[in-house]
Amino acid sequence: MTPYELLIAPFADYGFMRRALVACAALALGSAPVGVLLVLRRMSLVGDAMAHALLPGAALGFVLAGFSLWAMSLGGFVAALAVALAAGWLTRRTAQREDASFTALYLIALAGGVMLVSSHGSSVDLMHVLFGSILAVDDGALLLVAGVASCSLLALAWAYRPLLAECVDPGFLRHVGGPGARVHALLLVLAVANLVAGFQALGTLMAVGLMMLPATAARFWAARVGPQMLAAGLIAMLSGVAGLLISFHGEQASGPAIVLVAGGLYAVSLLVGAREGLVWQALRQHRHRAA
Amino acid sequence: MIELRNLTVAHRGHPAVHHLSGAFEAGSLTAIVGPNGAGKSSLLGAIAGQLPVAQGDVKVEPGLRRRMAWLPQQALLDRSVPLDVADLVALGAWAHIGSSRALIAALHERVDAALAAVGLAGFQQRLIGELSAGQLQRALFARVLMQDAPVILLDEPFNAIDARTTADLLVVVARWHSEGRTVIAVLHDLEQVRVHFDRALLLARRCIAWGPVAEVLCAEHLLQARRMAECWDETAPVCREVA
Repeated sequence: MTPYELLIAPFADYGFMRRALVACAALALGSAPVGVLLVLRRMSLVGDAMAHALLPGAALGFVLAGFSLWAMSLGGFVAALAVALAAGWLTRRTAQREDASFTALYLIALAGGVMLVSSHGSSVDLMHVLFGSILAVDDGALLLVAGVASCSLLALAWAYRPLLAECVDPGFLRHVGGPGARVHALLLVLAVANLVAGFQALGTLMAVGLMMLPATAARFWAARVGPQMLAAGLIAMLSGVAGLLISFHGEQASGPAIVLVAGGLYAVSLLVGAREGLVWQALRQHRHRAA
Repeated sequence: MIELRNLTVAHRGHPAVHHLSGAFEAGSLTAIVGPNGAGKSSLLGAIAGQLPVAQGDVKVEPGLRRRMAWLPQQALLDRSVPLDVADLVALGAWAHIGSSRALIAALHERVDAALAAVGLAGFQQRLIGELSAGQLQRALFARVLMQDAPVILLDEPFNAIDARTTADLLVVVARWHSEGRTVIAVLHDLEQVRVHFDRALLLARRCIAWGPVAEVLCAEHLLQARRMAECWDETAPVCREVA
């Protein structure tokens, strides 16, 4: 197999692969920077919880309107946001920590969603909702993904300063009259919107992979937040392209292939990342500078 | 002037500050002292508007609270976030830059000047996670300088800081006082208070004494404060005191 046949031909010859490629690129641009902020705020697992929480909404959309992109997306968005808001409310009103509130609510939501789909559809439908199908992305889905990515980047650019200030010193931001609670809510909305955009292509269980794995890997390549977002976006895009090619040539499901590549890039970053990669740490262990 | 009128601040129903009345005059330099658990940080938090008031109130002129600079204890800061020292200090100019306005050249110059004033010239590009405790406290003082506030609230600003850094930052505090700003600092080192502060408020949840440092920090008052802070009753009845 020539390099052209391996790397270019699948995209040049097949329209569905080109659509999938554009969807992956948009998802990468939108969700990876959001993932970086979730990591900074120590909310990595909250992203995972919200990805699971959108299932009952998507399932309800499916039960009411069949495989309607907009019904399932809207349902998923409302369900995940409701879980996020309810978890925040429980955390404020009870002694429970935020991660415990999220865990309790997303498990209930996930079980409810699976029961809803399995009682109203086939196991094929359930698999579609859980794992998505990036090779079946249509114009509507592409518009949704690109729209969410564009809005995410614009919102991040506008709220970059308060988002960072909220990460480092929320008390100070609140005291000077900054939009602390609002930027926290904005981050949750952006996370949910990107997960919803990704769920059609990657499924509810895989969507969070393209958000969090590149974000965690990026910390091994860049020190500052801006470069980390750039690195995360590039890693996510690379995961998309490589995952699609593996899926095409190996006749594997695309969602898991993309997330597994992202996982592989995380492992590579962990080992040889320029900043505190394990290999460099081991090599540096016995050396130090003179001053 | 900041006036406290029968102020009570409570945590889970128990008073941290109990029926406190008095005033911090404009331009005064006051140290709040007292044993651990005396309510010092709670009082500062209530003055800053960060803690809810259970009873009474803190009376400040309209708009002043937004212009107060409040420096809480370092533990509240997440140093793992990869933020430049210059970016941290520039946040002090929030009133000018807000969420999305660009940092103009004049503000960059003010950031440089503030860092130089606290002995951190050249630290602009360092990450806050790479600073020592003393250097971080200097950076936070630079952020307060950027706020250019008429009232400055400092919560245990010299904890875990070496003598040299403490001496340098006390010079900054003295300059704020000479510029006519009101400075209120929670402190533990009574000798430091005697040397560097004009007035003191000795707190043990209730006010033990409030006035000139020499009068407040006498042996009788200090003993009284220690006794009051040590009494704690989980099953205490509901307080009926009005003032």
